[in-house]
Amino acid sequence: MTSDLTRARIRSAWLFLAPMLLVLALVAAWPLARTFYFSLTDAELSRFGDYGFIGLENFLAESRGVTYGILADPLWWVAVKNTLLFALVSVFFETVFGVIIALVLNASFPGRALMRAAVLIPWAIPTVVSAKMWAWMLHDQFGIVNDALLRLGLISAPVAWLASSDLALWSVVAVDVWKTTPFVALMVLAALQMLPRDCYEAARVDGIHPVRVFFHVTLPLIKPALIVAVIFRLLDAMRVFDIVYIMTGNAEATMTMSVYARQQFVDFQDVGFGSAASTLLFAAIALLTVIYLMATRADLGGRAR
Amino acid sequence: MTRLLKGAGFWLLVAAILFYLLFPFYYAVLTSLKSGSAVFQVSYWPTELDFSNYVRVFTEQPFARNILNSLLVSFAVVALSLSLGLGAAFALGRVRFRGRSTLLLTILGVSMFPQVAVLSGMFELVRGLGLYNNLLSLVLSYLIFTLPFTVWVLTTFMRNLPGEIEEAAILEGATPFVLVTRIFLPLLWPAMVTTGLLAFIVAWNEFLFALTFTLTNTQRTVPVAIALITGGSEHELPWGNIMAASVTVTVPLILLVLVFQRRLVAGLTAGAVKG
Repeated sequence: MTSDLTRARIRSAWLFLAPMLLVLALVAAWPLARTFYFSLTDAELSRFGDYGFIGLENFLAESRGVTYGILADPLWWVAVKNTLLFALVSVFFETVFGVIIALVLNASFPGRALMRAAVLIPWAIPTVVSAKMWAWMLHDQFGIVNDALLRLGLISAPVAWLASSDLALWSVVAVDVWKTTPFVALMVLAALQMLPRDCYEAARVDGIHPVRVFFHVTLPLIKPALIVAVIFRLLDAMRVFDIVYIMTGNAEATMTMSVYARQQFVDFQDVGFGSAASTLLFAAIALLTVIYLMATRADLGGRAR
Repeated sequence: MTRLLKGAGFWLLVAAILFYLLFPFYYAVLTSLKSGSAVFQVSYWPTELDFSNYVRVFTEQPFARNILNSLLVSFAVVALSLSLGLGAAFALGRVRFRGRSTLLLTILGVSMFPQVAVLSGMFELVRGLGLYNNLLSLVLSYLIFTLPFTVWVLTTFMRNLPGEIEEAAILEGATPFVLVTRIFLPLLWPAMVTTGLLAFIVAWNEFLFALTFTLTNTQRTVPVAIALITGGSEHELPWGNIMAASVTVTVPLILLVLVFQRRLVAGLTAGAVKG
């Protein structure tokens, strides 16, 4: 009897899942599979639908002693290097700033609620708007950043933040840090607010320095949440497109893997080659996702009902 | 004395953080309210209140239409995600069945897809369905990130509901459909509002698909319209217009976020930390 009920319940569960699964199959599984397939073809945007299978030639091939394909394209490797630098440096600073802001928000002071709300603002501003705002502030002739630095005597001539190939990537990183630090801060704050209060009382009674308390008590306790936030942010940073594309276009100095793939696909109309680049990016992120899922699996298992 | 110094240090830190987080938007507002060539004079305090940039954004291009497009797409995406997500969250959050964890992990995996990885496949789908340069292409493609996220967050909230009400309803002979619509839906309203808002923000801000799947000015959404505001040449960008457009579409969003901030934080942490 009970098992009949259970069986009926499981059947209805699948019925409720079906529409969502169908839509996900249509908008996620199918396009992804097609992208994988296109990566093995010579498809082009101008004659979409008329293409032939060419195997792995988009990735790497040799013809009369010349190697070609993505893996032989120096620009691809520039994009890989830029993406990794972008992800690692921006996530590092986001984490440091995020933890500092979370610690401040966790202290009790008048106006804390207001500040907590203010922290959400950069997160709420559309990426396109953040990118444009900062591009304007970093403008080499009319930008306020150069003006302020000149007034303070920190620089003697205006700096071309976004045009100089040495600085452009770091300028974009700075904007990404500004935009996503609130997210890390909120994650860390959520973890901080779940910490037991008694060990802090004990530490205060013993007169242990707050910095020591942070590194020996707080940090180990919030580590799991921090790791999840960091991996989450890393996955996000690896696929960065908007901020880079809007601030510097297809410039080589800042080109990331997503920008490279889209340039091949849209600007050069090379669907096959672009899809191959996308496939490589997907593989890189899938690998990171597996690590992420392994890091959070314990939590999932523990919460199963 | 050291206490005083410590207090001053703390407030200095608070001020520095607030300045860092808020100054860029303040400067965007400042720029948007300048007229003509004054835009190119750096100033730190408001010098004038000129709304001509705002007027120009709406008269020189179909910006009102772009806002309407964004609203239509975002509302459609939210409605679809919530209605599909609610049923799925019931199944994933309240029913025990084989393969549930695998399914949850797969859905989480989908939300990690780099957008570019589905770009060419999605482009083919959009063209195949005859939706190129049609707002429906955006509604369809945005589901790839709003749906997994909605399912995930609603499942988290669904799990935390007490079991007693459900058991009582089942004893009364409630069918699963009645259970979802009459018992869980009213209990989940706060979660639905949170998830809906987060999905709305994601859809409102999306850039890559909107840039690739629409072609004409009148079909563009707000982010693409702002990104493509151009002047006479590469070096004559109308920064006043760009900042006015930026402020116009950001102020409502900021107000929304401030009003719902507690809920949004709950939703964000449910979506990430526990996921």
